[in-house]
Amino acid sequence: MKGISRRNWISRVGAIAAGVSLLFSVSAFAQGAKPAELKIGITTFTSGPASVFGVPAKAAAEQWIEETNAAGGINGVKITPVFIDEGLGGDKLLTEYRRVVQEQGVKLMLSAISSGNCNIIAPVAEDLKVLNVMWDCGTEKVLEDRRFKYVVRTQANAVTEMVATVVYLLKTKPDFKTIAVVNQDYAWGRDSWEIFRNTLLALKPDVKVVAELFPKFGAPDFSTEISRLQALKPDVILSTSWGGDLDTFVRQAGQRGLFKTSQFVLPLAESSAERLGSALPEGVIIGGRGDHYFLHPEYKNDAKHKAFVEKFRAKTKSYPIYPVYHMVAALQAVSDAHGKAIKANKGQWPTTEQLADAMHGLDFKGLTRPVHIREDGQGLEDQLLGMTKNQPGYAFPVMENMMLIPADLVTTPVGLKSPEWVKTVKPELLKNDRIKVFK
Amino acid sequence: MTLDLLILAAADGFSYAGLLFLVSLGLTLIFGVQGILNVAHGSLYAFGGYTAATLAIWATEKQAPTWVLLAALVAAALLVGVVLGGILEIGLLRRVQDKDPVLQLLVTFAAFLIFEDLQRLIWGVSPYSSTEVVSRMGNLDLFGITYTVYQLLLIPAVALAVYLGLLYALRRTRLGKQIVAVTHNREVATALGINAKKIGLITFIAGAFLGALGGAMAAPTTSLVPGVGTDMIVLSFSVVATAGLGQITGAFITALLIGMARSLAVYTAPELEVAVPYLIMVAVLLVRPNGLFTVAQARRI
Amino acid sequence: MARLYDIRVMTVLGSLLCLILGLAFPWSKTPIIVGLCFGIATLGVAAMVRAGQVSFGHAMYACIAGYTVAFLARAWPQLDGLLLILAGVGASLLAGAIVGVFVVRYRGIFFGMLNLAISMVLFSVIGKFYTLTGGTDGLRINRPTLLGFEFERAGFETVLLIGTLAAAIGLGFLVQRYFQSASGEALAGIKTNETRLEYLGLSARRVLWNGYFFSAGLVGLSGALFAMVQGLVTPDMGSWLRSGEFVFIAILGGSGHAIGAFLGAAVFELVKLFAAAYMTGVWQLLLGVTLIFVILVAPEGIIGLLMKKSALATRRGG
Repeated sequence: MKGISRRNWISRVGAIAAGVSLLFSVSAFAQGAKPAELKIGITTFTSGPASVFGVPAKAAAEQWIEETNAAGGINGVKITPVFIDEGLGGDKLLTEYRRVVQEQGVKLMLSAISSGNCNIIAPVAEDLKVLNVMWDCGTEKVLEDRRFKYVVRTQANAVTEMVATVVYLLKTKPDFKTIAVVNQDYAWGRDSWEIFRNTLLALKPDVKVVAELFPKFGAPDFSTEISRLQALKPDVILSTSWGGDLDTFVRQAGQRGLFKTSQFVLPLAESSAERLGSALPEGVIIGGRGDHYFLHPEYKNDAKHKAFVEKFRAKTKSYPIYPVYHMVAALQAVSDAHGKAIKANKGQWPTTEQLADAMHGLDFKGLTRPVHIREDGQGLEDQLLGMTKNQPGYAFPVMENMMLIPADLVTTPVGLKSPEWVKTVKPELLKNDRIKVFK
Repeated sequence: MTLDLLILAAADGFSYAGLLFLVSLGLTLIFGVQGILNVAHGSLYAFGGYTAATLAIWATEKQAPTWVLLAALVAAALLVGVVLGGILEIGLLRRVQDKDPVLQLLVTFAAFLIFEDLQRLIWGVSPYSSTEVVSRMGNLDLFGITYTVYQLLLIPAVALAVYLGLLYALRRTRLGKQIVAVTHNREVATALGINAKKIGLITFIAGAFLGALGGAMAAPTTSLVPGVGTDMIVLSFSVVATAGLGQITGAFITALLIGMARSLAVYTAPELEVAVPYLIMVAVLLVRPNGLFTVAQARRI
Repeated sequence: MARLYDIRVMTVLGSLLCLILGLAFPWSKTPIIVGLCFGIATLGVAAMVRAGQVSFGHAMYACIAGYTVAFLARAWPQLDGLLLILAGVGASLLAGAIVGVFVVRYRGIFFGMLNLAISMVLFSVIGKFYTLTGGTDGLRINRPTLLGFEFERAGFETVLLIGTLAAAIGLGFLVQRYFQSASGEALAGIKTNETRLEYLGLSARRVLWNGYFFSAGLVGLSGALFAMVQGLVTPDMGSWLRSGEFVFIAILGGSGHAIGAFLGAAVFELVKLFAAAYMTGVWQLLLGVTLIFVILVAPEGIIGLLMKKSALATRRGG
C-alpha cells in the first residue's frame, strides 16, 4: 500500500523538478576573447499604462539593432536583444532581470523607464557587477545619493528637464502672477513639481502658487479639478503628466475652455501630441524630456536623423516620440563605449569593468545633439521646448518658437544635491547667450 | 462650507455619481437575483467603454449626426451586455451555481483576470478615446464656470431615467415581478412556476448591460487605458455594500453621497479624495452591519 | 496513514528542491522566497477560508508589517533584520487584534467587504502621504544585518531563503496542528453551523477573533519577509488585487491541509514565472484559466485532488 503511493509521490515530485529545471537553462560565457554575440538586456514597458513609451522604444531598439547588425554589429560582433517587461511590477522585474544576468550571462543591461524601477535595479546591478544604462527614467536621486561604478544614465534627469522648462516659461511669458499644478500622484509628479516650484521661486519670487492638485495615477476624470481651476483662474497651469492621464486632462480641459483662460505648460506633451491631434490647442508650451524632436531645428534635415524618422514611421505608422530617441541614444552610447574601451584595451574585447569605465566621461551622439556623460554617470542632454502650432501637413499641432537650452546650464553640478542647488539658480541664467532661440 | 462650494461640488458630483450608479446598479441587481458578487463587472465596464469608443470613432469618421453617436454608446453597451453577459452566465456561473459561494466569487475573479488580458489583446495599450459627442453637445456656464452639457446634464439624466425605468419595470411589469419574486426566494418562486434559470439569465444580461453602459457613457469624457475597470469595480463594491446588497434606491442615494463627498474632498481636503468612498463604507458598516438600507433579517440557520 | 506519510515526503522533497534550486541558480532565490512568502500569507487566509469567510483585504497586514520594517530600518539603520521582522509581525498582530474586534461580527460578503474597505483606506492613505511613505513608489530598505552578521547580497539571500523555508515548515506544521485542535475544529464550525457552536458554549466571535488574529500575524510575517527580500515596500503590497491573489492561492491549493497553501503558491509562482519568460502579456489570462480549471475540476484544490487519489490508491490496496 505504502509502496505504491510513495513511488507515486517520488515520481510526481521528480516530474515537477524536471519541469522546473526547464525554466532554468544554464549557459556558459567566456571572458576576454571576442564573444560570438553581444547580448543586451533591455527592460521596457510592454504592459501597463507606461507602454505608451515602452512599445515605441522597443520598436526603435529593434530597428537600430537590425541596422547595426546589417552593418556588421559592434566591432564585428552581432547584437542580440533580450527584452524584459517592466509592467510586471517591481518584484517580478527584479526576478527576470537577475535571471537574464545570472542565467543567460548577459553583462549589459538597459534599464529602466520607470524611476521606481531604476531605484530598485541600480543597487542590484552594482552588486552583480553588470553594466546598467538607465535609458529613460528621470529621478535625479539615484546618482546623487550614491556613486556607482556600473550604473550610468545616457540622458538628462528631472532637474535638467524642469529647470529648462522654467527657463522657457520665463523667457517667453515672463509676466504671470499665479500658477497651479495638476500632476500625477507618484514620484515623478511630486518630485518634478518640487524642482519646478523651487526653481521658479528662486528666479521669480513674487509668483503665487494657488493650487497643488495631485489626482491619483491613472485617474479617469478631472472634472472637479477643472472646475476648481476655473474658479481660481491661475495665469499658468503646469502638468508634468503623461499617457492616458495627460490625454484625459487635456481633452476635458479643452472641452471646458480652460485653455482660453490659462497658459498651459506640459513638459511631456510631445509624447501625446500625435494621439491628441486637434484636441491639443495652439499656444501650449510643450517639451519632450530632451532635445529630440522629429522637427528638431538643427537636425530635421540631417541625413541620418531623417532616414531614421522615415523608417520608423513606415514601420510603426507614427512619428518617433522622446523614448524612441532615448533608446537610440543609449544603444549608440553603448556601441561607442565599446569602441573606446577596445582602443584603450589595445584592440582586445573589454571586460564589463573596462566598459563601465569607458561609459564614464564618454561623448556620443544619438540622433540629435551630442551628449556627454559626466564622472558621476549622469548624461548631459540639452533640452528643447516649444509652443504648439497647427501647420499644414500634420494632423496634430507641432512645435514653433523652439528653444534649445544647453544641459550644463540647468543641471546640478557634480557633488551637489539638487534640492539645495535649484534654490541658488540666478536670474542671469535667463540671459545666457548659449540658449538658442529659433523663430 | 459655503453654499457656493456645495453647488460647485454638486455639479461635478452628480455626473460622477451618475456613472457610479449605473455600474453599481448592475452589480446589485445581479447580486439580488443570483446571489453572486460579480468581480468581472469591472471588465464589463471596461469592455463597454472600449466598444463604445470604437463605434464612436467609426461613426465620427462617417460624419454621423449627434444622435447616431449617442445611439452608438447604447448599442455598444447592449452588445457587450448580451454577448459577454451571456457567455459569463451560461458558460461559467451556471456551472458553479451549486458550489460554495467562495468558489462562485473566485470564478468571477478568474473571469476578471482573463478579461483584463483579452481587453489588452484586442485594443492594445495606447490610450483610446472618442470625444466628438461631448464637443458637439456644447457647453453651459454656471456661476462663471464652464461645464459640458454631456457631463452636467446628460449623464445624470440617463442615470435618473434608468433608475426610474427600472423601478417601474420591477413594480409594474410581469417580468419585473418575477425578478422580484426570485430575489425574495428562489425555491418558492420556482415552485410557483417561475423559470428561475431564465430570470437569472435575463437579470444577469441586464446587469451586465448596465455595467457596460456605465463604461460607454464614461468613454467620451476619458481616455481608456488598461486597468480602467479595476478601480471601478472596487468603487462600485463600496457603493453596493454601503447601500446594502440588492438595494436599488439605496445604491442611488449612496452613489450620490459618494459622488458629492468626493468632489467636496477635491475642494477642501484633496489628500482624502481617494479614501473618501471607503471611509464612508467603513463608517456605515460599523454602525449598520448590513448596509444603510437593508431591513434587519433573521439569521438563517 | 499513507496520507500523513505522503505529506512528510512531500515536505522534505519540496524543501530540498527549494534549497537545491536556490543554491544552484542564485537568481531563483528571490522567486522561491517570494513563493514561500505567498504560501505563509495563504496559510493565514486559508484559516479564514476554513471558517467560510473570504477576506478581500488581508494583504493590508502584509503592508502594515512591510511598512513597519521600512520605517524602523530607516529610523535606526543598525537594527538587526530579525528584530525588524519581529517588529513587523508584532505590528500586524496588533492591527489584526484591533480590526478583528470589529470584523468578527460580520459574515460572508460583508466580512469580505469590510476587510476590503479597511484595506482600501490604508492603501489610499499610504499612496497619498507622499512625504512620509514615498507614495506609490514606496520606501527602500537597505540590507540590514542578520543575527549580527553583515552579508553581501548572495549570502543575505541564502540566509533569508533558509530562514523563510524553516519558518514555512514550522508554521505549516503549527497551522495543521491548529486545524486539528479543538479551537481549529471550532473555527471550521463557523462555516458549517455557527448556532451549534454557540450551543456548545463557545462564542463564535471569540473563535473567529482567534483565527483572525493568527491569520493577521501570518500575513504580516510574509509581508515583513517580502519587504526584506525585495528591499522595497510599496502600497501595492496591500492592494485588493494582492488580497485576491492570496484567496486565489488558498483555493488553488485547497484548505484540506496546511501544505495546500504552499502547493498553491508554487503553482501560482511557476505560472507567473513561465508567463513572464515565455508569454509576456497574458499572465493574468493564464492564471484565470488555471483558476477556473481548478474550481471546475477540483473544487477542493490541489491538496483535495491529491488526497482523493491517495485515498483511492489506499482503498485499492495496491
